[in-house]
Amino acid sequence: MRTISFAAVLAVTLTTIVPPIAMSADGDSLKTIQARGDLICGADGKRPGFSAPNSEGVWQGFDVDFCRAVAAAVLGDADKVKYIALSPAQRFPSLQSGEIDMLSRVTTLTLTRAVTLGINFAPVNFYSGTKIMVHKALNVDSALDLNGASMCIPPGSSQERAIADFFRRHNMEYNSVVIDNIKELGDAYLQNRCDGMASFEPGLALTRLRAGQTDDHVILPEDIEKEPLAPAIRGGDDQFFNIVTWVVYATFEAEEWGIDSTNVDDMLKSDNPKIQRFLGVSGDLGEKLGLSNDWAYQIVKQVGNYAEIFENNIGANAPLKLERGLNELWLNGGLHYPPPFQ
Amino acid sequence: MISSSVLSRNRLIDKAEKFDLKRFVLETLTLLTTGLILYYFASTATENLVDQGIASGFGFLHQEAGYAIGETWITYSPSDTYARALLAGFLNTLYVTAIAIVFTTIIGTLIGIARASSHWLLSRLSAGYVEIFRNTPLLLQVMFWIALMRQLPSPRQAYNPVTGLFLTNRGIIHTVPVLNDYLYSLILAFIAGIVLATGYALWRRKRLYASGRSLPFITIVLPLIIVPPVLVWLLGSSSLEFEQPVLKGFNFVGGLTYSPEFLALVLGLVAYTSAFVAEIVRSGIQSVDAGQKDAARSLGLRGSLILRLVILPQALRVVVPPMTNQYVNIAKDSSLAVAIGYPDLVSVGNTAINQTGQAIEILFLMMIVYVGISASVALIMNRYNKRIALVEKP
Repeated sequence: MRTISFAAVLAVTLTTIVPPIAMSADGDSLKTIQARGDLICGADGKRPGFSAPNSEGVWQGFDVDFCRAVAAAVLGDADKVKYIALSPAQRFPSLQSGEIDMLSRVTTLTLTRAVTLGINFAPVNFYSGTKIMVHKALNVDSALDLNGASMCIPPGSSQERAIADFFRRHNMEYNSVVIDNIKELGDAYLQNRCDGMASFEPGLALTRLRAGQTDDHVILPEDIEKEPLAPAIRGGDDQFFNIVTWVVYATFEAEEWGIDSTNVDDMLKSDNPKIQRFLGVSGDLGEKLGLSNDWAYQIVKQVGNYAEIFENNIGANAPLKLERGLNELWLNGGLHYPPPFQ
Repeated sequence: MISSSVLSRNRLIDKAEKFDLKRFVLETLTLLTTGLILYYFASTATENLVDQGIASGFGFLHQEAGYAIGETWITYSPSDTYARALLAGFLNTLYVTAIAIVFTTIIGTLIGIARASSHWLLSRLSAGYVEIFRNTPLLLQVMFWIALMRQLPSPRQAYNPVTGLFLTNRGIIHTVPVLNDYLYSLILAFIAGIVLATGYALWRRKRLYASGRSLPFITIVLPLIIVPPVLVWLLGSSSLEFEQPVLKGFNFVGGLTYSPEFLALVLGLVAYTSAFVAEIVRSGIQSVDAGQKDAARSLGLRGSLILRLVILPQALRVVVPPMTNQYVNIAKDSSLAVAIGYPDLVSVGNTAINQTGQAIEILFLMMIVYVGISASVALIMNRYNKRIALVEKP
């Protein structure tokens, strides 16, 4: 009898007392992050320039700086970030399950991802495009000459589909080689396993750089697909969504007003009411976001404005030497356009 | 005394078979609880997915996959559905597993026999093989093989040792005969030869058991298999046509291609697992009492006959059960394909997860498939084990 009652009690207990499995976002990432004292950021970890640990094990890069900017705004300290390296296939489940607070990992914004994954994308912080790089020895100068070629493609990426669409559209055949690890994929291409490699342009530049002989590889002119890259957070948390969104805008805004990490302290004394509001000298923009009023000051002081983030990681001051191109501010003919900070 | 113990055993059986209310209630409750817990997990997961706005269900299987798969056994294009993409991946997994199991068994058994032999060099060489391949991680080995494959020349400088065979870093490509009527008749003749040879072998064994007299085996069976196709070849009017691989544009067109990823994966699986199989075979051989060998020798049997008739049949009983584990391991380890880019079920599934975001559903499908493969292998091996098991006389 005792065993029976035990089983019955167990059954009742399990169905009533145990709380639902904590899978959903609790709608309050900000509190969780502040209580934890760390922002947990999912990044690639194998793409120097975007996110990779340096020789001392400190994570650096364009994607990393946006994690740091959010940490500066939320915790007041850009160094309070824990990074988790994620493959393309791991990134969304990792974000959905709550393992990371924020995904900043060269992720392309698409309709399906934005709608069906239960995640929200912050504003695009890098406009890129899928391109194809080929071995120069092949003497190919257009992607339309690639009928029958072997292509190295990152799996599960938006590029995989873009390439399939491109070859279909032009009635061409290709043989795909997909390897999860971007470094392995690059090696496969460099060792001539594939005639061409498809990726977003900086990814190709990075692979070419790694080969040393940059002249041996040509990036073909065709734009296969648009690749707007954006940070993402779990859906259902409007407050944190607003924070990440306006952190991205803040880096644009700082560049627009010429505020950078070297002059931000002087700018605190500026008479310009817009700059005063932005840096939290006046107004309550930070409080409206649930942050301290100097949130934008902390971002610029500790991480820098968009121009600094770009140039130091992937632009003129970095080995990749990418052009700003579409990633210029709107004032200079680019696409980055921060809405008014008021 | 004897009758009373039999009686008491019968009483025990009666008791067990009688309807036991307490036990019935307990078992029903356990079953119900387990069911409730599972239902609870499933419904919570579904609820949470809906709450988070994540799409769920298996509807995505009928949508267009939109990505290419490097090599498939069924026709597949990016405009096919996810279901077909996953099926193509599943067939690739099955193919790699089957090929690897066959080669692992052959190579592992040979090395195991060599290891147990008294020939010093042979035994040491195979011991070296086992130690090297058993003691390095499989992932490392697979990476090693793929790196080696990529050292082959590019298609335009393909290495061409014999006519119709090309070694390139895009794979090994060889010529294949065109499937025409002539090839069909050759294949039919070959099958007829095998049927004849099997018939002879069965009849020979029956006679051997009946009369104790042994008839020649190889000298009869080999001609039986070879003669029919040769007859077709001599009498036939046409000849075989070959489809030659030709370098066209970037790659070879025509012929049969084994991709570097496939070769590296099979090499890795076979080299690694056959080291374990060799040890299993060796332990099986050594488990047979030395007296058996001496007894067989004293009967005047030759070395190869001793191995084939006395040692191996007894060793097999020890060997088969752990072999099942190795076969199941091959099926599961084939998922390392992801690391080198062979489009197996996991590789194709990973892409599908990324495109649809429906990780739970796709992982669930993959798990079912692997459980299915493993269970089938185990079932077949258990059947076989029962057949060869020592039948103890009561």
